[in-house]
Amino acid sequence: MEAVAGAAAPAAPYLRIRGVTKRFGTFTALERVDLDVEAGEFVAFLGPSGCGKTTLLRAICGLDPPSEGTILQGGRDVTALPVRERDFGIVFQSYALFPNLSIRANVAYGLVSSGRPRREVERRVAELLELVGLGDQAEKYPAQLSGGQQQRVALARALALRPGLLLLDEPLSALDARVRARLRGEIRDLQRRLGITTIMVTHDQEEALTMADRIVVMNRGRIEQVGRPDEVYARPATAFVADFIGKMNFLAGRLLAPDRAEVAGAELLFEPPLALGPGAPVTVCLRPEDVVVREVERRPANRLTAEVGVMEFIGNHFQTTLHVPGTNLDLSAYLSINAVRDLGIRPGRTIPICLPPDRLRVFPEPPRPS
Amino acid sequence: MATASGPLATPLPVPAAAPRPVRQALSRDDLVMRAGLGLLVLWLALSVVLPLWALLEKAFSGPAGEFVGLANFAAYLATPALSTSLGNSLLIAAASTVICVGLAFGYAWALTRTCLPAKALFKAIAAIPILAPSLLPAIALVYLFGNQGFARWALFGHSIYGPIGIVIGEVFWTFPHALIIVTTALATADARLYEAAVALKASRSRIFWTVTLPGARYGLISATFVVFTLVITDFGVPKVIGGSFNVLAVDVYKQVVGQQNFQMGAVVGLVLLIPALFSFLVDRLVQRRQAALLSARAVPLVPAPDRLVDRLALFFCSIVAFAILVVLGTAIFASLATFWPYDLRPSLKNYDFDNMDGGGWESYRNSLEMAALTALFGTAIIFGGAWLVEKTRRFEGVRGLVQLLALLPLAIPGLVMGLGYIFFFVEPSNPFHFLYGSMAILVICTIAHFYSVAHLTAVTALKQLDPEFESVSASLKVPLWRTFFKVTVPVCLPAILGIALYLFVNAMTTVSAVVFLYSPHTQLASIAVLNMDDAGDIAPAAAMAVMIFLTSAVVRGLYGLVTRGLLARTQAWRRR
Amino acid sequence: MSSTRRRFTGLAVGALALATTAAAARAATELTVYTALEADQLKAYQAAFEKANPDVKIRWVRDSTGIVTAKLLAEKANPQADVVMGLAATSLMLLDKEGLLLPYAPKGLEKVKPTMRDPADPPKWVGMDVWSSALCFNTVEAGKRGLEAPTSWADLTDPAYKGQITMPNPASSGTGFLMVSAWLQMMGEEKGWAYMDALHQNVAAYTHSGSKPCRQAGAGEYTIGLSFEYRANKTKKDGAPIEVILPKEGLGWDMEAIGIVKTTKKLEAAKKLADWAVSEEANRLYAQNFAIVALPGIASRLEHVPGDIEAMLIENDFAWAAANRERILAEWSKRYDGKSEPRS
Repeated sequence: MEAVAGAAAPAAPYLRIRGVTKRFGTFTALERVDLDVEAGEFVAFLGPSGCGKTTLLRAICGLDPPSEGTILQGGRDVTALPVRERDFGIVFQSYALFPNLSIRANVAYGLVSSGRPRREVERRVAELLELVGLGDQAEKYPAQLSGGQQQRVALARALALRPGLLLLDEPLSALDARVRARLRGEIRDLQRRLGITTIMVTHDQEEALTMADRIVVMNRGRIEQVGRPDEVYARPATAFVADFIGKMNFLAGRLLAPDRAEVAGAELLFEPPLALGPGAPVTVCLRPEDVVVREVERRPANRLTAEVGVMEFIGNHFQTTLHVPGTNLDLSAYLSINAVRDLGIRPGRTIPICLPPDRLRVFPEPPRPS
Repeated sequence: MATASGPLATPLPVPAAAPRPVRQALSRDDLVMRAGLGLLVLWLALSVVLPLWALLEKAFSGPAGEFVGLANFAAYLATPALSTSLGNSLLIAAASTVICVGLAFGYAWALTRTCLPAKALFKAIAAIPILAPSLLPAIALVYLFGNQGFARWALFGHSIYGPIGIVIGEVFWTFPHALIIVTTALATADARLYEAAVALKASRSRIFWTVTLPGARYGLISATFVVFTLVITDFGVPKVIGGSFNVLAVDVYKQVVGQQNFQMGAVVGLVLLIPALFSFLVDRLVQRRQAALLSARAVPLVPAPDRLVDRLALFFCSIVAFAILVVLGTAIFASLATFWPYDLRPSLKNYDFDNMDGGGWESYRNSLEMAALTALFGTAIIFGGAWLVEKTRRFEGVRGLVQLLALLPLAIPGLVMGLGYIFFFVEPSNPFHFLYGSMAILVICTIAHFYSVAHLTAVTALKQLDPEFESVSASLKVPLWRTFFKVTVPVCLPAILGIALYLFVNAMTTVSAVVFLYSPHTQLASIAVLNMDDAGDIAPAAAMAVMIFLTSAVVRGLYGLVTRGLLARTQAWRRR
Repeated sequence: MSSTRRRFTGLAVGALALATTAAAARAATELTVYTALEADQLKAYQAAFEKANPDVKIRWVRDSTGIVTAKLLAEKANPQADVVMGLAATSLMLLDKEGLLLPYAPKGLEKVKPTMRDPADPPKWVGMDVWSSALCFNTVEAGKRGLEAPTSWADLTDPAYKGQITMPNPASSGTGFLMVSAWLQMMGEEKGWAYMDALHQNVAAYTHSGSKPCRQAGAGEYTIGLSFEYRANKTKKDGAPIEVILPKEGLGWDMEAIGIVKTTKKLEAAKKLADWAVSEEANRLYAQNFAIVALPGIASRLEHVPGDIEAMLIENDFAWAAANRERILAEWSKRYDGKSEPRS
């Protein structure tokens, strides 16, 4: 039902960010960030607090313009434009709903000011409230609504002027877990339906993974990786990304050959090979769920025998610690309930395991002390 | 790797060689707000800085305006009568402060930590002195303890004219100021500390010394300095009841008004500035600490009933409240007596101000006008100014400057401010000379005099708003002024009305700054009190002081009604 | 400048001066008049004058004699006043010495008693009335303390009156100054100061205004107030239990006079006020407050003041008083300032 405003030429990305740097005094919050966002795309900026994700969002909308760089939106250079002259809607973590105005007045706020006829404003407000499922709450005040409802009002208000770009700044972090999970789906659906280019800032990887088309992982003012959720999860580009997204075993190792490393006394094959000489310190990463315990005998490489340590029942799987005898290798592994039952895995037992080479991510740097 | 390399990204162009610094274009909102801030700086420069500068200049120049270095100060120190005043002032201020803060602590403790009955009543009574000019208690003391006073015996033969009278008057007048500060400090106590102390079986007195007092220490320090400054710079009380006991504040007045010796007045004014400035700095420091205490999540303390303690509290508070009511009642009674002390039949003869010195009823009407204008323009300027400081984007230098200038009046006693004003505006070469002698200058001066507290109130209220209101408005392309009027002002209305009330009451009661600035057609009620007392028309002086009190009380009552009504009407969004 | 044009200019200036509405409503010329007259007299004078001259409106700047004098002297580079009315003749002579006054012979000057005007021709100032010192003696308080009523200045040094006397500070009060001046003239400098030293022992406080001692005596705050006859008469009329006493050695006195400030931009209006001030109508009004006024034959008796004031006035050398004013006040302050009420 919504047409995306500012339909850019199909070839160029809707949002193009080049060399954006933001300094606060001597502190550099963003350093030479480059990023493209396609029209209709849902992009999540993900990273720990202080990584620069909110700074980047505020640079994009002009609330805190960058110190250097250029930002093009829909082919137009908006880098130095005042906020008012840009085309975006924004939802803040606090929602920033006007407490003294009714829900209707909140949603109509920008419409009234744009000088539209009253009937049109009323129609549009009704439409927006229907859209977010609050058609019957129009006369209430923000404080009378639940957090989730307030969030949706803020969303409706941000969409009122049919902006070309929707910015969500930690939109769900003020809500409790249950509401948050439901709203994730709702926002995602809405975004799909409207086809509006959306950028969401979040520190919650789960949120980013479930909602976004692409994830931009940021750390210390730089982009660490940009990619589809599965891509970022499966093939983290850096040790930071590997650490930040999902659980990961970080193992210190030493390169023996381009595709082989010695890790805590065990020798592991991995692919693709690294273009580094033997002896280089490396970090070998493996997700706990990638530890294979079934049909190990059918796998040629990286077969090991492990002692089962602590087993914690998490609900849908067991979180297990494994030790490889004769080495210093300790691993965390998630074992499915099926596997545990079928293979009779119990603490203290010794089982064969495999660390599939294509699941090992090796970074040419020693692990950071954690 | 660390760049955009997703499947949807197009190949990146080679980055430009030299990064181009970005300067965001200013929107109309930005320009308007910056212009507003610029005007505010000009306003504060004109109404605060330049007059103060004129005072400094005067203190270092001779009668013909030539620079004389420290000669005036040397002359000041060589005049024994003047330098004795310094000692007198310090003595009076110290004594008043100790007594006042002590009483205020007891009263505040009873209000916050005991199950004292009728707390609202006790609070209301304690606020009475703030609604009256400082001259009122002084005049009432003449009736109470003067040579014809009905409680003269209580002084055991000592004269009320002098240090005793000044201290009693000042304690009365400054009591609510100290009480507010100490009550705030005590009210923020963390119940958990007390629970812990009780669990550890600490005795009541031990809890008092180890928990209560340390918790309130910043409040006590702050109250001490505030009261000290108020007393040392007040001249209403010593003027009326000081007799031959000279103090600094009266010296300024004597030098300037009595002898038209502006240079010496400026010197004494500067001497007065020292304790005020010092107290200001300490207060700022303490406030910061206090704020740190407050920000911790505390569990509010609910006092538990204790028969003995509650009775003691009731006894103590009743005495203090009684004393306040007696002072007020004496002033009212004396103003209604036909001819004190010989004919006590009630009459309104003393309210026939038109046949007295001091400007008659017109001075009362002038005061109303002045207070109303001060409340109106002052609230607009101060709240608008605070909003500009808080909400203007970037422009840090100017915002910082405004913040500094807005706090400066807190460190300037009214007397010094008023002096600066005459020195600044009396110069015929000053383009603003035309303001001299007008109602406008009284309003401007009064706004400047009371700027800081009102500014801080406004800033506090604004800081409680979501900082993203303005961002949302900008993203919705709504001009900021619209958000200001549609959202900021309505949400802050209680604070705005509070500022207006504060300005109104202070404009009604102030004497210190305006005493140098009034002209024959801008006589003020508070100054009429002073002048009538001067001419010996003490009963009419009491009557005018009572009029001022009644007016302030009525306005305060209206404020209470209006805010209650407002909150009730708007509770839809205030309460869930 | 025609009066309409002046009015127009006045309007424009007024508009600039932020007092737009007030000025527009008032098309009359506004005269700023510095005065030390009692507030309760001002109303009557103003009403009568403005009735006779509806195009002029008076703006009073009122304070006690000393302060008005000091103010005028302080402002001499840039005088704010148009006319000085009801200020002590000694003060006007001081102002004249500074060249602040405009010589002007008001209409009807010829009728004024020759002793009650500046001898220069045309005069810089013209007298309005004479005011003289008087004692207010509270009979009720005196009865309680068993005090006899004093009859002379000399009586006041009786130790029985210790702490029971207040008098105005001569530095701020014209009434105070005329007493001091009279004592010095009657007794000679040396004896005069010796008398004041003795009196000082009995004085409880020196007040800022000349009225306050009588007011305080009336209220019983102190038993004896050294004041002036108008205030004494009025206080008694208001119901105070006092006796008005004219000390038998003779009364210090001064004239209240009027003069035009040289720099006035409203000369026409100023002249009108000066003319009115010597008129018979004005003198009749003065006579309601004072026994002796500038025009002969209008003298009256004050209801509560016994005896013939005019006969009791001392020979007063105004020239001497004006010339020595500063020296006398300095000496006085040096000797007695400690007991002075604020603002002295």
